Amino acid sequence: MDLLTANNIWMMICTALVFFMHLGFSLLEVGLTRQKNAINILFKNVFIICIGLLLYSLVGFNLMYPGTFLYGVIPDYFIGLFGLHPPIVDGVLDLTYNEGYTYYTDFLFQGMFAATAATIVSGAVAERIKLTSFMLFSIIYLTFVYPITGSWKWGGGFLDQLGFYDFAGSTLVHSVGGWAALVGIYLLGARIGKFGSDGTSHAIPGHNIPLATAGVFILWLGWFGFNGGSVLSADPSLTSLTLVTTCLAAAAGGVSAFLISTFMYKNYDLTMFLNGILGGLVGITAGADQMSPMDSVFIGLIAGVVIVFGVALVDKLKLDDPVGAVPVHLLCGIWGTLAVGVFGNMAGLDQFFTQLTGVAIIGAFCCITAFLIFFTIKKTMGLRMDSQGETEGLDIHEHGMDAYAEFGLSDKKY
Amino acid sequence: MKKIEAIIRKSKFDEVKKALHETGVNFFTYWDVTGVGNEKQGHVYRGVSYSTTDIQRRMLSIVVSDEFLDRTLKVIFEAANTGTVGDGKIFISTIDETYRIRTREGGTDSLS
Repeated sequence: MDLLTANNIWMMICTALVFFMHLGFSLLEVGLTRQKNAINILFKNVFIICIGLLLYSLVGFNLMYPGTFLYGVIPDYFIGLFGLHPPIVDGVLDLTYNEGYTYYTDFLFQGMFAATAATIVSGAVAERIKLTSFMLFSIIYLTFVYPITGSWKWGGGFLDQLGFYDFAGSTLVHSVGGWAALVGIYLLGARIGKFGSDGTSHAIPGHNIPLATAGVFILWLGWFGFNGGSVLSADPSLTSLTLVTTCLAAAAGGVSAFLISTFMYKNYDLTMFLNGILGGLVGITAGADQMSPMDSVFIGLIAGVVIVFGVALVDKLKLDDPVGAVPVHLLCGIWGTLAVGVFGNMAGLDQFFTQLTGVAIIGAFCCITAFLIFFTIKKTMGLRMDSQGETEGLDIHEHGMDAYAEFGLSDKKY
Repeated sequence: MKKIEAIIRKSKFDEVKKALHETGVNFFTYWDVTGVGNEKQGHVYRGVSYSTTDIQRRMLSIVVSDEFLDRTLKVIFEAANTGTVGDGKIFISTIDETYRIRTREGGTDSLS
């Protein structure tokens, strides 16, 4: 089989797997939040993948791979910003675009990543953000912030020149979403009833742990494509290594989070185990192709520690994060990025500081932009549901619908 | 005629039901309830402990003739008891009238 065809098939399979992660995110978020907000959570997730792909086809893809930069940091988009510009020669798609994939495969694969960055935020702000406010935030963040940060490394920008390395997006996807999640929950405030007047934290258990579990397994499966496809070809040695490091990090992250949370809280908490798996996955994402299997186990084990302490820290800071998005995506995203300088082929003090530089710059950019967007929305149309709506449930108040109409929440006449 | 309202553990329901049938009580209504009481269930979620006093139980409503009252109570006490806090409560009230809808007969005959 021709090399491009073989590579492209793998890339398209990976595209589908990353797409499938949106189901994983949806199930995880809906399972860890309350029944009365289920439709609202799912609506946000469905919205993100749909609007994400459209915006990416319209603007994002071009913004992220501009070819040239103005002043080194601004993607030069003055030519060909809008819409897809596939290389068509004599009416046929030009297959010399890349030996790993066609233009269309490139667009779609990257497009699936773009949407995952925004969906990270949806879990953190769940159960009290206004739907329209969230939709507006996502549109702005996805159109500008994600592609611009992506261009700085994957688009050949200044971070790439610096030697910053982010294989599949611990920073460029997960931290970009994670910073926005942190800023979001800071400006939004906690759910009603989460913190007592004396500051004690109250548990608000998720309403469907089986769905949350299904979500995490689906996300793990999706990561086969997320990392496997970031090889950008079907190269047997790189793809097989990447899948091994990915899975071992996931397993190690889970076990480490399980053991530590059991020791600290004296119970076997499934949700911590699940978060640990995700933490391991995010942690390996920056360097999955640079690590040995042993390295990836260590990265996962440390990610599990970060998860358990991260959840406790977020709580201690009086921030409400219903699904653990900040520990999983922001904190482990940072860890995964730094780990490239600690473990694996690129380990070294210089690389570590380059990674740190990248984390800091992107962190600053995302925090500032997310803050500007959220703050403006807060001061204009408002960010948060009114308290009656939040208490009675967003499904009823924002949607006028029940997620489980048969289950006794509404009157049936037949 | 007396109404016995018994709040019992869900796990004891099958035993109580069997015991009631064996003693000749074949008609009663039951539904699941949530209540507060002396029993507390310790819960932990993502490191935050909380003890809920909101406990799930099952409520039975049994209407019996006066002669049947003592033996019905005895049977419920034996079958529903575990000896630990949270076994439940029984309330007795007096019923003025009972009827069978199909035949419109009244009195204790309608109870069987």
